[in-house]
Amino acid sequence: MNAPHELPLHAEGVATQENYVGQSVPRAGAKKLLEGRGTYLDDLRLPRLVHVVFFRSPHAHANIKQLDLSQARKQPGVVAVFDGHEVAKFCTPWVGVLGHLKGIRSAPQFAIAPERACWQGEAVAAIVAQTRRQAEDALDHVMVDWDLLPVVTDMEASLAGDVVIHADLGDNKCFSRELITENFEAEFAKADVVVEKVYEFSRHTGVTNEPRGILADYNPAENLLTVYQGTQTPNMMQDIFSRHLGIPESNVRVICKDVGGSFGIKVHVYPDEMATAAISVMLKRPVKFSADRIESFLTDIHAREHKVKIKLACTHQGDIIAFDLNDLTGIGPYSVYPRTSGIEGNQVVNLTGGPYKHKHYKAKLDVVFTNKNVTCQYRAVGHPIAMAVTEGIVDEAARKIGMDPAEFRRRNLIADDAYPYTFPSGVKFEKLSHHQCLDQLMTLMDYKGLRQEQANLRAKGIYRGIGLAAMIEVTNPSPAFYGVGGARISAQDGATIRLDPAGMVNVLVSVTEQGQGTEAVFTQIAATAVGVKVENVRVITGDTAITPYGGGTWASRGAGIGGEAVLQAGKVLRKHILDVAAAILKVESATLDLVNGVVVDKLSGQEQMPLSEVGRVAYFRPDTLPMNFQSELTVTRHYTPREYGFTFTNGIQASYVEVDTETGFVKLLKHWCVEDCGTIINPMLVDEQIRGGIVQGIGGAMFEECMYSEDGQLLNGSMADYLVPMAGEMPDMVIGHVQTPTKTSELGAKGAGEAGTAGAPGAVMNAINDALAPLNANVSVQPFTPQRVLAALGKI
Amino acid sequence: MSENCMHAQFTVNGETVDAQVPVRMHLVDYLRDELGLTGSHLGCEHGVCGACQVMVDGQVVRGCLTLAIQANGKQVQTIEGLTENRELQQLQAAFLEHNAFQCGFCSSGMLLTALEITKHHKQATREEIRELISGNYCRCTGYQAIVNAIESVLVKSSSESGAKV
Repeated sequence: MNAPHELPLHAEGVATQENYVGQSVPRAGAKKLLEGRGTYLDDLRLPRLVHVVFFRSPHAHANIKQLDLSQARKQPGVVAVFDGHEVAKFCTPWVGVLGHLKGIRSAPQFAIAPERACWQGEAVAAIVAQTRRQAEDALDHVMVDWDLLPVVTDMEASLAGDVVIHADLGDNKCFSRELITENFEAEFAKADVVVEKVYEFSRHTGVTNEPRGILADYNPAENLLTVYQGTQTPNMMQDIFSRHLGIPESNVRVICKDVGGSFGIKVHVYPDEMATAAISVMLKRPVKFSADRIESFLTDIHAREHKVKIKLACTHQGDIIAFDLNDLTGIGPYSVYPRTSGIEGNQVVNLTGGPYKHKHYKAKLDVVFTNKNVTCQYRAVGHPIAMAVTEGIVDEAARKIGMDPAEFRRRNLIADDAYPYTFPSGVKFEKLSHHQCLDQLMTLMDYKGLRQEQANLRAKGIYRGIGLAAMIEVTNPSPAFYGVGGARISAQDGATIRLDPAGMVNVLVSVTEQGQGTEAVFTQIAATAVGVKVENVRVITGDTAITPYGGGTWASRGAGIGGEAVLQAGKVLRKHILDVAAAILKVESATLDLVNGVVVDKLSGQEQMPLSEVGRVAYFRPDTLPMNFQSELTVTRHYTPREYGFTFTNGIQASYVEVDTETGFVKLLKHWCVEDCGTIINPMLVDEQIRGGIVQGIGGAMFEECMYSEDGQLLNGSMADYLVPMAGEMPDMVIGHVQTPTKTSELGAKGAGEAGTAGAPGAVMNAINDALAPLNANVSVQPFTPQRVLAALGKI
Repeated sequence: MSENCMHAQFTVNGETVDAQVPVRMHLVDYLRDELGLTGSHLGCEHGVCGACQVMVDGQVVRGCLTLAIQANGKQVQTIEGLTENRELQQLQAAFLEHNAFQCGFCSSGMLLTALEITKHHKQATREEIRELISGNYCRCTGYQAIVNAIESVLVKSSSESGAKV
């Protein structure tokens, strides 16, 4: 933690009388969502709108021998039908690789597969009709003669390579990485104790409440493509539509209105969305695609199918010497464009062992293609895997040497005064607060008391467990994440802030709102920086035609990067406003201040004029100002984090569970999280975002699994069969904070969006295994279903 | 195939609908597509997520499992109507105050379930509130803020009516 005088926002000239930063004010601009007045993608209607649906492959791997769309074309309301060859004339294929993931490979992927389907659900034809119902009816009349191909769904079978999905690539390897620190083997051999375990993670998916959707509106008169899309990255999509549809970048406008949840699902290029844009160009009219739930399960990116072998070497005293990681992950038949499907495994390599001060590390990663849906970056990319295997094996080591798991962590966590610190994987930490977080957690959960309660209940045959999971989290990524690899994904963001004549402050920001409260925190920052009330600020995001250029919302970057741009723009606008007021009043601007939207005399605090007067004179009567004075009441500023590859955050979670050893059911009793995201802008928003993240992490650990048959059929493509966390199973969650603002920005904010998801699976797993330990049982395959718990207990 | 329709007469937020209704059309599709009432959302379209909820004759139903024709002779209320007549006012204020929503996609349905709780389960404990909202999927919050918001309204009404909390 930084000393109080080091906190950036306490610097002179920043604090105003009305400092909204750090206050739990209700979300600005969000009331419409509670009144049914939001505008989600499927709510949009345009004149001459037609609807597209896709015929999707029922097979996991098959060549199209013949595709007959003639009957479908004749159905009522059908406007057009297209196969992959026709759409490919308007939309070029892509390959999901990045330069800095050395050796990563994939095959060209088309908007609509022209010749071969590589997973069940891949689109092979499009039907466009006046209504969605008519288009769906016509789907029944599509005739396809398939030539079935061998299928590989198992990761190890894929690695063995008996069935090769893309013959041109020779084998099924998408990406591999090996890392070994100096003298690793010799140091590892010195260990007193080595523990080893295999952890498996089942693929799961985002299940955004609002499915994916796009409305593309091509205007041939201006060669202008307007795309309404539920997306996290309007500018990235603008670039991609431009390059793959052959329309100049400036002629593509991407508009993102209200979004019903994203979590990384809506940050990728989806073939059906590209096809919808292409079809709008082909038909020269607006076309809408709105996925239904089965399409979401079949085609929204999946994530986290990993099998990880991990070893930990330590001394008898409990000092960790080294970690040895071997990760295998299956990503479906293509690396997803443009972020690639190599990043998740790469993050597992970067982050495993992350909270600890060992010096030696060896890692091997294999990323392989399979005939299941594609996987890619989903909330907390790689973290839930890296943290669960690290924390799982740490608990194994503590058990083996007979040390309390909290004490084992205290002994090994990187010291709070050891920063800046370079971790054996090469990542750099600016300043973390592991020990402060651990201390606060112990107090918050009454660790000793809870251990006592656990022991008392165990004597009565009740099996409760306490699980800890320390964590680090990647936030505020620099251009080192994607830009250096050649992806046109912006690491910088911008804010344009303007004083309107009536005294309102208007802010345009390139970071998008996905429901997490982006616009609300920008409102608070802008109000603080300029010196006005929050109700006098209006924030606009999600329109490439009007906002500055930027990266959008992903990797916990919105508040830290976009927020800094807003702060810097706001500070300059404040100065410019005071310059105008000084010119009107014929005083030095240094004698004035702006408080709650009123220009005051700095010394006496006496009110001089409201902002509406500044606006009136500056915009309508500048003739009354000195001849050489020009007001500048619109200011744009940008921000890029560059000093570190990522602004790491840290934290620790704890889970308290009760295992019913007869039924295998696990009851989640309570959950704690102490997290350090630097400067907190709105505690209420941060807390519930962390809680939501925890619940999403619990979902993966306890319930969620995309189950496939051996021949690549998704077995549970409905919300009745694919279980998500509902309120009844979720515990109350206690959130605590340590604040160590990053010094790389004045705002000092790090990201908070993914921390909950990063640490929860490890904490829950450790709690279950703590409960099972006296029975010599242990679970290591997520999700921890009653069946898996009973199997671990030897009961089935 | 031309649409097979039947005549239906019902009210939506107090206004009469007198129309030929496609027999296979679900109520939420009718409200959204024919009446432009887009406040009720389509999340799963198979009765699990609850984003499509509306009230029919005072009872919360899944708009995606109810056919539009089933509304014949009944009174339908949506988030728009229940906002306009202020029935949801207290709950909406509590949801905003407690940050009991993020993306808002579930909120229309969640608020209707909450309204039922405030009407029929005035003494509900936190655990019971969790159980009662378990038919409404929220992917953004940790549900805790929603429980807090509903609980705060129950406590407030209970103290206003003089009952023991």
